Amino acid sequence: MIFLKRQLPLAITFVMGVGFILQYYIPHPVSEDAITTVSKWMQIISGFALFLGLASLFHVHAVKIKRQVPGWGYSLALYVGMVGTMVAGFWNHGETMADGGQTAFGWLYDYTMVPLQGTMFSILAFFIASAAYRAFRARSREASVLLVSAVVVMMGRVPLGQFLVPWTWDVTQWLLNVLNSAVRRAILIGVSMGAVALSLKIILGIERSYLGGGKDQ
Amino acid sequence: MIFAPLVFALLFIGGPAFAGPPTPPEGFRALDTPNDAGKSLSLVWKASPSDTKERSIQVWAAASPQAAFKKVAEFPSNTRYVKPGDFPWWAQPAARGDHYLKLPSSQAFPIADGTPYAVKLLVREGDQEAWSDVVQATAAPNYFNWAQVNNLVFVLAFTGVLLGSIAAARRNPHIRLRRIAGLDAVEEAIGRSTEMGRPILYLTGSGGMDEVSTIAATVILGEVAKKVARYDTTLKVPHRDPIVMAVCQEIVKESYIEAGRPDAFKEDSNFFITGDQFSYTAAVDGIMLREKPAANFFMGSYFAESLLLTETGASTGAIQIAGTDSDHQLPFFVTTCDYTLIGEELYAASAYLSREPVLVGTLRGQDFGKAFIMGVLVLGTALATVGAIADTEVVSYVLDLFKDFK
Repeated sequence: MIFLKRQLPLAITFVMGVGFILQYYIPHPVSEDAITTVSKWMQIISGFALFLGLASLFHVHAVKIKRQVPGWGYSLALYVGMVGTMVAGFWNHGETMADGGQTAFGWLYDYTMVPLQGTMFSILAFFIASAAYRAFRARSREASVLLVSAVVVMMGRVPLGQFLVPWTWDVTQWLLNVLNSAVRRAILIGVSMGAVALSLKIILGIERSYLGGGKDQ
Repeated sequence: MIFAPLVFALLFIGGPAFAGPPTPPEGFRALDTPNDAGKSLSLVWKASPSDTKERSIQVWAAASPQAAFKKVAEFPSNTRYVKPGDFPWWAQPAARGDHYLKLPSSQAFPIADGTPYAVKLLVREGDQEAWSDVVQATAAPNYFNWAQVNNLVFVLAFTGVLLGSIAAARRNPHIRLRRIAGLDAVEEAIGRSTEMGRPILYLTGSGGMDEVSTIAATVILGEVAKKVARYDTTLKVPHRDPIVMAVCQEIVKESYIEAGRPDAFKEDSNFFITGDQFSYTAAVDGIMLREKPAANFFMGSYFAESLLLTETGASTGAIQIAGTDSDHQLPFFVTTCDYTLIGEELYAASAYLSREPVLVGTLRGQDFGKAFIMGVLVLGTALATVGAIADTEVVSYVLDLFKDFK
C-alpha cells in the first residue's frame, strides 16, 4: 500500500520530471512525439477526471436539496440548468447550429451563458473603481506616492490627459518602463527561481506533501 | 575644372555602379541545420563588399544535381547576415558577418531527412548574373541542442547548489527565515474563524496540477488543513479542476489524520464547481455572500477573476490572505487583501509553515541563485556598456554564456 501511495508516484514523478527536463534540450522528433503523446494522455485523464468533478457537484447539491439547507433553491436551479443543458446538448449532438438555424443547445449558450459571463466580467469595472478608491486613499506616505503616480499614469494614457498636461506622457513612459519594469523583473526572477527550486524539490522527492500526509509516511 | 572634383565624388556616391558585374558568392556551402528537428538545410556564404540592395540573391534547389532546379528564395544581397546574438559562439554555423539562410521544408520545396539535396545560388543585378557551384547537403534531426548547453549547465549547477544547501541545512538546521507577515497571519485567520463560528474558504487558483503555483497552493492547503483540524473549524475548498480536487481531497484527509482528527474530516469539504472562469467566480462569490466565511485564502495563479473574488470577500469583512505568482494580478490582491504573498513567497510557504530543515535549506539555495543572477546582471550591464563604447564584439563571448538560445 505504501508502495502504491508513496514510492510508485515518487518514482513516476522522478522519471517523468527528468525526462521532460531532457526533452527541453532534445530537438529530435522523438522528443516532440513524446511530449505530444503525454499531452494526449493528459487530455484523456482530464476527460475522465471530469466525471469525478460532476459526481462531486451532483453529490454536494443533492445533499443540500435533500436536507433543504438555507439556499437549497440555488442548488435546484443548478440541477435544472445542468440537466437541461445536457439534454439539449445530447439532443442536438453537441451542435450549436443545424440546418442553417440555431439549435436549442446553441440558444442556451448564446442567450444564457454568454450574457451571464458578460455580466460577471462587466462587474469588474465597478470593482476596479471601488478597489482603486481604497488603494488611492492617501493615508500613508506610500499610498500618497501611489496616488500621485496613478494620477500621472492615468493622465498620460488617455488622449485628453495628454492634451491637457503633455508632460504626463513622458513621465508615464518613465514610470512604466523604468520603475514598473524593474520591479516586475525582480518579482519574475524570484518567481522563476522559486518555480525551478520547487520543481526540483518535487522531481527529487524532497517536497512530497502534495501526495498527502507527512514526509516520512 | 570645377566639375572634376564633383564627377570624382559622384563616382564614389554611385559606388554600386562600380562594384563590377556579379560574381559567384565566395565560400558557398550547404549543411544540415544544426541543433534542429530536421527537415531543413542551412546555406552559408561569405559577405562581399559588392553586396547591395540592387543586387539580389536567388536560391535554387533540386532533389539531385541532375534534377530540374527550382527557385525557392530571393532577397537583396546585403541581407541575411549572421548578427551577434543569432547563435552562441560555441555553436554557430557561420562566422559573424557571413551570410546565413535557413531553408526549411515547405510545400513549394519539401525537404526530407536523409535525402541529399542540391543547392546553388544565382547572383543577379539588372541583366547580369553569376551562378555559384552546386553544393549538396542532407538534412537530419539532432539529438541535442548545443546552443542550449549553457542553460543545461546552469540547471545542473543550480541543482547542485540546492542539494548542497539541503545537506548544509541537515547539518545545521537553525537557519533564520525572514518574517513573512502573510504566513504568520494564517494562524490568526483560522483562530478568528473558529471564534466567529464561520467557515474558512480556500481557493487553489485557476491552474491545473501541471502548474507549479497550483502545487504550491496544495502544499499550503495541507498546512492550513492541519491547523483547521486542530481548531475544529469548517474548511471549504471549491475547485475549478477535478484533478486538483482529487489531490486536495487526499491532502486534506491526510492532514486531518496527522492532526489526530480523522473523525472531523468531511469528504465534501473539497468540491468541484466548474471549469468555466466566470461561472466559478459567480459561484464562489455566492458562497462568500451566503455563508460569510471569516477567512479567505487565495493561493495559486489567477486571471481576471482575482478582483471579483477578493473585492466580494472584502465586502463581507473576511480576513483575506492571497499568494500568487501571477504578477499581473498582484496589484488587485495587494489592494483588496489583508496580506499578500508576492511571487516566490508562495513557493517558500511550505518551508516557512513546516520549518522542515530540508525545505528551509532549499530557500538558501534559491538565495544563492538570486545572488548569482544579480551578479550576472551587473557584470552583463558593465560588459555590454564596455562593448558599446569600445565598439568591440569580444565581450559577446562572455555575454553569450548567459543568453537563452533556442
